[in-house]
Order: sequence, then C-alpha cells, then structure tokens
Amino acid sequence: MITVKNATKSFVLHNQGGAVIPVMANGNLTVNPGECVGLTGASGAGKSTLMRMIYGNYLTQSGEIRVGDLNVAQAEPREILQMRKHTLGYVSQFLRVVPRVPTLNVVAEPLLQLGTPRDAAMERASELLSLLRIPERLWDLSPLTFSGGEQQRVNIARGFAYDYPALLLDEPTASLDGRNRETVLGLIETAKARGTAIVGIFHDEAARKQVCTREIDVIEFAPKAAA
Amino acid sequence: MTPLLDVQNLSKNYGQRIGCKDVSFDLYPGEVMGIVGESGSGKSTLLNCLAGHLEPDHGKVLFDTKTDGLKDTVTMSEPERRMLGRTDWAFVHQHARDGLRMGVSAGGNVGERLMAVGARHYGNIRAQAADWLGRVEIREDRIDDRPTAFSGGMQQRLQIARNLVTGPRLVFMDEPTGGLDVSVQARLLDMIRELVRDLELSAIIVTHDLAVVRLLADRLMVMKDGHVVETGLTDQVLDDPQHSYSQLLVSSVLQV
Repeated sequence: MITVKNATKSFVLHNQGGAVIPVMANGNLTVNPGECVGLTGASGAGKSTLMRMIYGNYLTQSGEIRVGDLNVAQAEPREILQMRKHTLGYVSQFLRVVPRVPTLNVVAEPLLQLGTPRDAAMERASELLSLLRIPERLWDLSPLTFSGGEQQRVNIARGFAYDYPALLLDEPTASLDGRNRETVLGLIETAKARGTAIVGIFHDEAARKQVCTREIDVIEFAPKAAA
Repeated sequence: MTPLLDVQNLSKNYGQRIGCKDVSFDLYPGEVMGIVGESGSGKSTLLNCLAGHLEPDHGKVLFDTKTDGLKDTVTMSEPERRMLGRTDWAFVHQHARDGLRMGVSAGGNVGERLMAVGARHYGNIRAQAADWLGRVEIREDRIDDRPTAFSGGMQQRLQIARNLVTGPRLVFMDEPTGGLDVSVQARLLDMIRELVRDLELSAIIVTHDLAVVRLLADRLMVMKDGHVVETGLTDQVLDDPQHSYSQLLVSSVLQV
C-alpha cells in the first residue's frame, strides 16, 4: 500500500547563507495492508520528516514514494489532494482548525468532504467523540478551547472518521491517560483488521510493542556524512 | 477533466514597470488557490487581469464556458465578458464598499444581480435575497436596511451573498478578510469554507495573510516583483518552502 524507494531529502536554507542540511538518503520502506510499521529513532532522526514526505507536505528530492498507485514524489498538487481525501489519513501531533468551528463539525469534516450526507457524517462523528470520552456538552464548542489531551483525541477522532486505506499516525497516544490510550490502541487494531496500512510514530514503547507488526529505525536512512 | 481556468503566460506592464510577468497555471473545479506576496508583488494586478478588470499585455485566460467550452476571455467581446462577470464569475473586493451599492437596501443589493441575469418576479427575487442573507448570517429583518447601517463584517458578508446568489463557478477574492477584526474574520473564514465545499466553487484568493491561505486554499502561489517564484500544495509551500523569498516569508510570520 505504501512503498518508499531510495528517497532522499535535504533542506536548503537560502536565508542562512544557503546552508544545505541533508536529512535523508536512501529511505526505503514497504507497508502492506493490515500492517502497522513503527518508526523509531532519536528525536530529530527524521521520523516525522519521512511521514511528511509520504503525506506530501515535504518535497522529496529523488526516489519514489508510492501510496496506492500514486507516486507522491512527483505528483501534481491535485493528485495529492485526491489522495488525502480518499486514500491517506494523517493524525498529526497538533490540531489545526478554523477558529470557532464546533468540535462535531471538525470531526465530521473529512466525511463531508467526501460527500457523505450530513446526518450520517454527524452520527459517525458523535460516535467517535463518545468513544474517545469527549463530554457531549463540549461538542458545540471549538476544540481550540480544549486541553491538550482533549485536542489530541479530537484530532484522532477526525483521523478515524473515514476508513482510509492508509494512515499516518504521529504520536497518537502521547498525552493520553490510560483508558483513552487503550481506546486509541483499539481503534488502531480495528483499522489493521480492516486492512489499513499504517505508519506510526510511538514514543510510548509499550504501545508500540502492542500494535506495531514491525519496527524500522530511521537512522538507517540517515545520510552517510552525518551518520 | 478540463480545467475551469487555464492561464498561459499572462503579463501586464505599467509603462516600464512590471505588473506581473509570464504567469501560467490552471485551476480545476472545486479547487481553491491562494496567491500570496508582499505589497506591490503583483497579486492584485494578476487577479484583476484574470477577472477582466485590467487588460493584460500578453497571454491567455481560458475559461471553461458553459456553452462553448474553453474560451479566451482576453479576446472575447466586451458583452460576453460582462455576461461572465454576472453569471459564472464573482468578485469579492477587499473593501465591501467597492462591491456594494451603498445607497440601495441589502435585499436590493442581492436582488440586483438576479435582475441582471433576467429575474423579474419581485416575490421570487425577494425570497432568494432573504434566503441568501440567511446563509451569510444576516437577520432577515435587516433586508430593507442599507449597507451603510451595517458593520464592516456584515457588509463583507452581504457582498459575498450578492456575489454568490447567481451561482457562479469561479470566485475571485481580493483580501476578503483584510481589515476585519479577528473574531469576525474567523466566522467569515468558516463561512467561505463551507460555501466552497457545499457549492463546489473554485476560488482564487489574494491575501498576504499566510494563516488565511493555510485554512482556505488547497494550492498556493508565491509572488515577488511580478514573478511567480513558487507554486505547490499549500501545506507543502508553507512547511517546506523552496525559494529563498518563500522561506523568508514563512519564517517572518509572528507566532501568537
């Protein structure tokens, strides 16, 4: 479902004397449907970078990144937008939403984008919010007023609203308490059982051991000079 | 799929000075494109050339018309272009005053565009106007008030209603949230997003506010001194800018 072949990435900082920072050489990764691959490595090793390259918000200099049939490394913006709508979901570490939009709408948004009838989308959103223990009295408020853990759960609900064939999870359990952590791990297991291909970053080692079918240390992809 | 708009090598000079130079891009139905850049970078010149308010020196602006398919709007006749401006296109000005008739009631402002495309039944026009005022959250009992009696945010929403009532397929927006206070801006952003999604509109939004494009635009074009220096997916340009000017722009945003 997700294939990365010989991907390279470097940043050029034009406003700092054109400094070139190589961050990845020879990135290789294959994720099959129903698999959850955990990315490991120290902070700054390039886990999130790889994830963003797959999602298309970081450009890939050379190599190939395939999600389904699409080569993200060379795709047109509209092809990437279609991929994000239909194929690849992303639960980032931070929630980014239009201020003052109710939580329920934020969660239902990916479904509404796909043309799901409003009632069905709202129902699915309510279901997920209840599952993740966001009190119903908060559903009409903007998630921007919520605590960190609540915001993260809203973000997760949004990411799981639609059953994407592939998912990227960036620290989905980072600031959650025990019960919610279990719920989220349950959601991940369900998605795996459905055949979703997942790439995840978990600093929580127990969680990683529990849901990941494989682990890959991104230090393998580090450019030689830096390694 | 045919693009809704296909722009080829569009250039506009003001005497010796460059307005915008060699701009090419295409826009597909349902896409929202943001144009960012500093003051004087040619954003508004470009927008006005696209919308037919300014005549470009070179280049083509092909629009997928309902009747004839792709047609160059630069060379089409004035009546044809004006018809497009009343039906398939809409233009939301930065200052609502430029897009509204300040001496006519709110309902009249919305109704005027309907009459321009042939509506004549007073009851229907008024009902549609009332419906659209509702959609942009202006209370129905304000339908007979003039825009001069409205706040800045309400005027901007009225302008949007007036523009969208005829069901355009392409909306040009020049700093639609500029000059509004942030709470009004948030509500307007949400409204524009919903309208774009529900009506499957395409839009070109000129702004200098990167937060606005992050929330509204699918794609982004960065302009500097009349040239397009970078294009791409909005979050790609903002998260991983390639050109030195885009990097400067992104790194100059203040954190709140």
